[in-house]
Amino acid sequence: MSRQTSRFDAKKVNAEFLTLTYGALVTQMLRDFENVEDVNKQLERIGYNMGMRLIEDFLARTQAPRCLEMRETADRIQQAFRIYLNVQPSISNWSPALDEFSLIFDSNPLTEFVELPQDLTNLRYSSIFSGCIRGALEMVQLEVQCWFAQDQLKGDNVTELRVKFIRRLEDAIPAGED
Amino acid sequence: MCEDIVFDCLHAEIVNYCIASNNKHVDLSTLEYIGFTTGYRLIERLTRDAPRFKDELETMKFICTDFWTLIYKKQVDNLRTNNHGTYVVQDKAFRFLTRISTGSQQLEHAPKFVAFTCGLVRGALSNLGINSTVTAEVQSIPACKFHIEVNRN
Repeated sequence: MSRQTSRFDAKKVNAEFLTLTYGALVTQMLRDFENVEDVNKQLERIGYNMGMRLIEDFLARTQAPRCLEMRETADRIQQAFRIYLNVQPSISNWSPALDEFSLIFDSNPLTEFVELPQDLTNLRYSSIFSGCIRGALEMVQLEVQCWFAQDQLKGDNVTELRVKFIRRLEDAIPAGED
Repeated sequence: MCEDIVFDCLHAEIVNYCIASNNKHVDLSTLEYIGFTTGYRLIERLTRDAPRFKDELETMKFICTDFWTLIYKKQVDNLRTNNHGTYVVQDKAFRFLTRISTGSQQLEHAPKFVAFTCGLVRGALSNLGINSTVTAEVQSIPACKFHIEVNRN
């Protein structure tokens, strides 16, 4: 049996397992909802919930101090992608006000075995990423907007995820208590 | 292995999604089906370079050692069979149950966290040519027993 175990690259299998599970989830959602927009929304929500939890793990793991400007935030997001998905997006296309940037993915681990059929061009397959970033940053009091500017699944050369700073969240009275 | 936490989160969210989408009564079949399709595809990647399994028992052994180690980071603790197509796989610290407190009041929630795996094992076996029914039994968290019943017809 020991001969067999060494055949597998555990890291690779992990990534494939994640990819396939995610694919099965998307497939199920497409079956559950008639509207592709609803699927996008659900995926985003799932990402948001995951991001809220992953930020705890990320902060505990990296002991990262508070980010004072978006540049640092961008570096942290890049680092998080490296830790959790083993991909290294590059950061570029800063807006002049330094409140908006792009994460460029040469390859996207979630879409490794994926091809979109013609009638699903509206599906944002990797919506979970944008949800994740939004959820995680909200936990560190940053409200951002996050969307896909380019997507390899739609024929672009790279996948480009755009992040825009909206505002800093202030401590507030919890909803429903005022 | 940092990706583990990502998968744990994803799994938790999948469970959430499946429970919420049919709120009348808890229906785990969707969850099981997501597991099934995942297992079915995954085994194709895993056994790409593997030689053909001799018999059913060897296939089961593969599931319990290699497959389990890759997915659940540990081997199963016990594999039993009656040699008539019934297998019982025991895991004393099942990955998805280890983060739940061990009290008995959480026991009613346990099925949600094992349904995906039932499907995963069924899907894997199915693509290896074995039709089966997989059920799980949790008596005390985090231990879990999977009953695999091979359907012969």
